Amino acid sequence: MKDKILSIVENYERDPGRLMDILLDVQKAFGCVSCEAIGLIASELKISEVDVVQTRSFYHFFTKEPVGKYAVYLNNSVVSGFFGMKEVADEFEKQTGIKFGQKTADGLISLHYTACIGMSDQEPAALINSVVFTELNREKVRKIVADMREGKAVEAMFSQYGDGVNAHPLVKSMVKNNIRKTGKVTLGEYTPGKGLAKALNMESKAIIQEVKDSNLRGRGGAGFPTGMKWDFCARENDSKYVLCNADEGEPGTFKDRVLLTERAAMMFEGMTIAGYAIGAKEGVLYLRQEYVYLKNYVENVLVELRNKNLLGKNILGKGFDFDIRVQFGAGAYVCGEESALIESAEGKRGEPRNRPPFPVQKGYKNKPTIVNNVETYCSAVKIIENGAAWYKAMGTTESAGTKLLSISGDCKNPGVYEIEWGMTIAEMLEMVGATDVQAVQVAGPSGICIPPAQFNRKIAIEDLPTGGSMIVIGKNRDLLKDVVLNFMEFFEDESCGSCVTCRSFNMILRKQIEKVVEGHGIKTDIENMTAWSEIIRKTTRCGLGQTSSNPITTTIKNFRELYDKRVKDVDYQSDFDMHKAVAESCEVVGRIPNIHE
Amino acid sequence: MSKAIVATASLAGCFGCHMSILDIDDRILKLIELVEFNKSPIDDIKTFTKQCDVGIIEGGCCNSENVEVLKQFRKNCKILISLGECAIMGGLPAMRNGIPVKECLEEAYLGGPTVGLNSEKIIPNDDELPMILDKVYPLHEIVKIDYYLPGCPPRADLIWNAVVALLTGDTMNLPYELVKFD
Amino acid sequence: MSETVKFTIDGKECTAVKGQLLIDAAADNGIYIPLLCHMRDLVPAGSCRICTCKVNGRYMSACTTPVEPGMNIESNTAELNDIRKAIVEMLFVEGNHFCPSCEKSGNCDLQALGYKYQMMVPRFPYAFERRELEASTPKIFLEKNRCIFCKRCVRLIKDEQGRSIFAFKGRGKTLEINIDKKLAANMSDDLTMKAMNACPVGAILKKEVGFINSIGTRKYDKEPIGSDIEKIHQ
Repeated sequence: MKDKILSIVENYERDPGRLMDILLDVQKAFGCVSCEAIGLIASELKISEVDVVQTRSFYHFFTKEPVGKYAVYLNNSVVSGFFGMKEVADEFEKQTGIKFGQKTADGLISLHYTACIGMSDQEPAALINSVVFTELNREKVRKIVADMREGKAVEAMFSQYGDGVNAHPLVKSMVKNNIRKTGKVTLGEYTPGKGLAKALNMESKAIIQEVKDSNLRGRGGAGFPTGMKWDFCARENDSKYVLCNADEGEPGTFKDRVLLTERAAMMFEGMTIAGYAIGAKEGVLYLRQEYVYLKNYVENVLVELRNKNLLGKNILGKGFDFDIRVQFGAGAYVCGEESALIESAEGKRGEPRNRPPFPVQKGYKNKPTIVNNVETYCSAVKIIENGAAWYKAMGTTESAGTKLLSISGDCKNPGVYEIEWGMTIAEMLEMVGATDVQAVQVAGPSGICIPPAQFNRKIAIEDLPTGGSMIVIGKNRDLLKDVVLNFMEFFEDESCGSCVTCRSFNMILRKQIEKVVEGHGIKTDIENMTAWSEIIRKTTRCGLGQTSSNPITTTIKNFRELYDKRVKDVDYQSDFDMHKAVAESCEVVGRIPNIHE
Repeated sequence: MSKAIVATASLAGCFGCHMSILDIDDRILKLIELVEFNKSPIDDIKTFTKQCDVGIIEGGCCNSENVEVLKQFRKNCKILISLGECAIMGGLPAMRNGIPVKECLEEAYLGGPTVGLNSEKIIPNDDELPMILDKVYPLHEIVKIDYYLPGCPPRADLIWNAVVALLTGDTMNLPYELVKFD
Repeated sequence: MSETVKFTIDGKECTAVKGQLLIDAAADNGIYIPLLCHMRDLVPAGSCRICTCKVNGRYMSACTTPVEPGMNIESNTAELNDIRKAIVEMLFVEGNHFCPSCEKSGNCDLQALGYKYQMMVPRFPYAFERRELEASTPKIFLEKNRCIFCKRCVRLIKDEQGRSIFAFKGRGKTLEINIDKKLAANMSDDLTMKAMNACPVGAILKKEVGFINSIGTRKYDKEPIGSDIEKIHQ
């Protein structure tokens, strides 16, 4: 073990800033990051063991105990739940004889739950040793477990590959793109290098001006004007970094996965243009662990770009040097928040930073840094290629251009759609073939849940902003139990925990909604949830906390009758249950409970 | 004016809060001008003989009997007061919360350092004994509580101010020194 | 020369050096903004959120916000005080805070804020989560039941080579404070005392130090937390 760890550490030049990579390699090599490994890493990096533990324990794909030879991570997101996750989980448990959270005695199989893995259009899905399995059902699970017992390699368990690059020899994945509608920008025609060539003939200021003029706004969801961000960073006088946020973790979002699959070169080209514009020489693609099946392919794209002189030294002979490395995450939704992403890329816990300073002033390695979404960089390429006016002609006055939507849930044609901003929800539902719709969850759990009465609203930054997640919820669903409770469990798990209000209030809110769902709620519980949500919104440090109560507040606002139906109109009710409360002690002492009512 | 009727009890508590009631010193003479005690260790009335105005309870609920007594109080008293840390948050007995009951009982009767005399290794299981709850519950998680007086014990002046305010309808005087958790 | 700026807190004119953190600037002007995680001269953690104020109408934590000229700050308002009280109550139900048995009782900042806001009972249900007491290092009891995750020890206490002795472990609901057993074994008495004194609650205790002051003579027995600051300018 010592030699192996030593060589891993050497590989990253004993740089504590690469702790994420070191831990990923150790986890891969040994199936865990054990206490022994922690000790070795700490002494080699000359940092304390607790500093290694703090990073390891933050990400759920790092484990202290060895996972099974086959580690199954089943997605337990809302949409997975819609399409049979419970049956799939049940079949895994039946076939393996263990429960989720456990490992078979022979160490062969371990079962784990994980948050949305970006496959909402092909659920239920799971990662098995990082390989994606989609559209699972009981039958497929039986076959998978039988294959595991035979010792088959995970890659050899299937031979049907998805469309496009999914079938590329470096990917060989069963994942489908499900591209249902292409537009003129990100999924339109693309000639590699065209935008970059044009950019390198422009003044860097002119590029920023073009992006500003195009009115491009961040495609991750926050919608910050991209040109302004680049401009702020360009003004700083220091070495700078270009980071790409491919930590697509918002449940129900999967459009970046499709871009990474089909438009990886375009994304890198956008990063390179941004690097030229702001004066950076290095870029980092922060890619979520769930998409590690694309690692070889994406890294190969970088090699090809270097071979074509679209990346690396003296790009296209214009004297501009820029290169990109890929940084993988290890399972933490909050790393989609740009400052948490930076912390993570530095090998630390993915805890959002306090602002000021902003990343454009002090970001990666404390240097001025821009962080943009995959789709934003892809859009920038086209803007440079075709000009701001061309781009602005699409969409609405306030939301220019096109947007990729990841549409999933109760509809005929789930998948990725490139639309012009301004489409109404009703039009969208017609486009995807959705009828009998109870609600649409716009922008994922952190967004809003809207009822049919609001389906005439527009998908646009000025009306219904979204990073792309659109979950269609049919009339047959129990909105509070299947959706809201699941979302609150998600936030409770994914809060980094460093600020009180997000850590604890989400826990309390989850308990409250559970109480209501289980039928113990009273009217005051609804008022309390509203008041407590306000406190989170006003006091938490980052976007996760500020939006984490949205599943509750937006459904109380838009679906109040569902709550009223479930709660009792009394001023006090205890959920104390004497039978439950004495059961354990009676069993331990060996007596039959005698309860006088 | 007829006297208000008051009942008190100590559940999973140490009687320290009751001692603090007595700690109002000579004001106890004024107190009995204001109130008549019903079920309470102070006068040793064991069962409710009439409907009471105020119930004052110290201690949380650690067993089935505590819960029954608490529910009787709720039924027989117009106003219920949680007196002291144990009633409000379980207090020291609640330090076992979070530890499985099995572990607690085994430590107490089988494995702990003071169990030498329990040579037969018995965990008490007579049907007459109250049953232990999975955790120690604050009172307000079992019945509706109207007022809370924190402290371990609550200061005598706090109790006095609260009872007088309640009986006279005046605003309660709450100086900084009186609200303490220890 | 550093620039002096003028701003107002609850209508009171204040002055400070530009860029000074609002929470320190307020204190220097005799205004106490409640805090748990903040310590002067340490990198702000911004984790307890108790110091949340309204700065030009926006909710900001005073410990992470540098003062700017003309800032209009609201701190002592019914709304903000209720939020602060709620946070104190939340910390009381989230951890296991048995004040009567705590060595820090009477000198504890969390408890003192409970007193300041006259918390009679938390509005939230108690969590009663199991947490551990880490007693295996020679000089320190790390009572995880009482930790409020202020990160003071994480930020302040380092060994001679600058390595962390305390750090977080886990995330969200599994979060706990962790101590490096190897490095803690070599802690000096001074460093141990520094850690204990930095801890706003009774989570870090030096072994063989028990209850020192009798009830009535402790830090927060007679006067509310922040009184010292508010007295400066009276």
